[in-house]
Amino acid sequence: MKQDKHGKNHKFGMVVDLDKCTGCGSCMVACMSENNVPFKEDESNKKDSLTWMRVYKITNGKSFPETEICYMPRPCMHCGGKGDHGHSPCVSVCPAVATDYDHSSGIVSQIYTRCFGCRYCMGACPYHARYFNWWDPKWPEGMESYLSPDVSPRMRGVVEKCSFCFHRYQEARDLAYVEERDDIEEQEYQTACTQACPAGAITFGDLNNPDHAVSQLVEPDAHNCGKPKNPKAFRLLERLQTNPKVYYVSEREWVRKAGDNYLDGEWEKVKNNHGKDHG
Amino acid sequence: MDSALIPEGAKRCPFPVFALGLAAVGVVVLWGVYAMGLCWFKGLNQTNMNDYYGFALWIWADLAVIAIGGGAFFTGLLRYVFGIDELKNIVNLTVVIGFICYSSALLILAIDIGQPLRGWFIFWHANVHSMLTEVAFCLSLYFSVLTIEFIPLILENRQVDKVPFFHNLGHNMHGVMAIFAATGAFLSCFHQGSLGGVAGVMYGRPFAYREGFLVWPWTFFLFTWSAAAYGPCFTLTVLKMFEKITKKKLVKDNVVHLLAKISGWMITTYIIAKIIDTIYWATVTAPSQGFKFMDFYSNNSFYGVWILVLEIAVCGIVPAVLLTKKSFRENPKLLLTAIILGTIGVCLNRWVMVLQIMAVPVMSFDTWALYIPSWQEVATTVLPVAYGVILIALAYRYLPVFPQERELNAD
Amino acid sequence: MLPFCFEWAWDGGHILFFGGMWYTIAILGAGMTYCVAKTIVDTMAGKGSHH
Repeated sequence: MKQDKHGKNHKFGMVVDLDKCTGCGSCMVACMSENNVPFKEDESNKKDSLTWMRVYKITNGKSFPETEICYMPRPCMHCGGKGDHGHSPCVSVCPAVATDYDHSSGIVSQIYTRCFGCRYCMGACPYHARYFNWWDPKWPEGMESYLSPDVSPRMRGVVEKCSFCFHRYQEARDLAYVEERDDIEEQEYQTACTQACPAGAITFGDLNNPDHAVSQLVEPDAHNCGKPKNPKAFRLLERLQTNPKVYYVSEREWVRKAGDNYLDGEWEKVKNNHGKDHG
Repeated sequence: MDSALIPEGAKRCPFPVFALGLAAVGVVVLWGVYAMGLCWFKGLNQTNMNDYYGFALWIWADLAVIAIGGGAFFTGLLRYVFGIDELKNIVNLTVVIGFICYSSALLILAIDIGQPLRGWFIFWHANVHSMLTEVAFCLSLYFSVLTIEFIPLILENRQVDKVPFFHNLGHNMHGVMAIFAATGAFLSCFHQGSLGGVAGVMYGRPFAYREGFLVWPWTFFLFTWSAAAYGPCFTLTVLKMFEKITKKKLVKDNVVHLLAKISGWMITTYIIAKIIDTIYWATVTAPSQGFKFMDFYSNNSFYGVWILVLEIAVCGIVPAVLLTKKSFRENPKLLLTAIILGTIGVCLNRWVMVLQIMAVPVMSFDTWALYIPSWQEVATTVLPVAYGVILIALAYRYLPVFPQERELNAD
Repeated sequence: MLPFCFEWAWDGGHILFFGGMWYTIAILGAGMTYCVAKTIVDTMAGKGSHH
């Protein structure tokens, strides 16, 4: 199952330019709206609200006037797992195969009607990208008619997460099939957050396709589990070998450093050959 | 009133006193059942769990009761497979405790999952690579073993035993008990281990992650070993509680000392392995992921380094020393100290391996998360304890749980 | 759990895991069947009736 019959596996991924992100939250709103993500009346407790795309605010820890801020949008990383074989932290632990790795697209799926809510996947995910439906999904009266018919709402008691707008991929494929094309175009499959970002900070596409912008931006090293060759690009928690398909780009060194954990002095050794050898 | 049901020659408190006691504990059960109903009908929003604490008090309670219930499989193994005959005088108690612990664990799991009606998916759509799948299979199968081990004891009730069929069934089941006990030990090794594996395989969580052997992380072996080592401590603690409440001697000292000695040596070997594991993890595994040992212990006083000292030194090395040295374990006060510390130690280990894992941030810009359970979580965790008290009280009153009771209390 | 479930694969993991499971169930089932059958025979033969 690792290769399809034609050997044309996609590996959809995302690149976020953190120097362009203004932290406006459009990506979060677009994501919630596109994917029928329910919300609570009181959203002040962020630890139990559903945010498939969440923008973290990070700082360089310095006091004024050297304070710098960076906003870091965090969708599901769609990890390839150790060795990039599809054994993502969450997929490998799900006891009921309710979350699975699609080798033909690189997307980590979540089967809501299969999930029985043990939440092991949430414990295993270091990015907090997985959310549990603590409540029944409810929308204010009249708002149900705004729900997207392409995405099923989730029931109480199951885990959900960013799907890279998989329904859009399905639609694009359907269209290609009708038009008797073998494959889809780069612009035919774009996630809602990518299109909503007013700063153009998010780029989405096939990392396996050298013509796609994502591939050119980060230059993923196919022989090194997709580590970026671009020294300004990084992936969150690279050292854990989760092999995410979401990349970040920043000119600022402290931002790149914040992407992972380093012992004293380690960063100095790896900062210039970032992505080549992380130990 | 119920004297015809009480084992021959055994003295029990008057029935009204017993019934009053049951009723008092029954109130606690009702409180727990109410909270359980709330969780089932209103959902897990009744808890204080959140997306940082997907595993919380319940999973700890689950792991803890299974660990302290480990006395059942280990004593059964020693008695039936290794043929240590003296242990027949305490093996019934371990079976009753095991049965209570494992039925409690299953009940807690049934409350803990978000969609209880889909619980069977774990069997039907099993992902054989998940440690939790291994837990579910071995746990349910081992619970069947415990039920099978419990049946002959029930059949020994004075009235039930009078029925020839039940008398013969009990006799025949005793005859093949070694096979059941061996199967139980096999299953226990795997489910105790896979509960450890649940944490150890989480390679996205540096506090939990351990290297290992083949598909099993070191925590797999440590959990099995610690359950076998500390399980008997809990058995002995329950025995001492029984003796205190009933004001009777129920098991001869030589049996208690033998089990204490075995437990002591098991704890000694376990704690050596645990220390080696901790040192390797602190100096090799975690640093390779960018974490210093103290990163896990220095943010707040609740998860300070004291917790490791308490687990390994106070509740590990101390009981190991007290139980291995003859003069110490034969001193009733030191024995009691050791078995209580042992029980706390294994529960603390499970606490750390569930809740501290969730508390520690992994992303450099993430924050520590602390958690206080809701009353519904507390009530549903107390529920199995209350249920256990009732079941063990009924077993003691009506079944010959302690074969030496009559001899030790003949007046 | 069974070969006709669509997640089933005839690979080492499945064979080892489910092999172990069915083997255990078989032992427990056979053990209990033996006990009950022998008990029926014993009871019919009048064993244990002196109690």
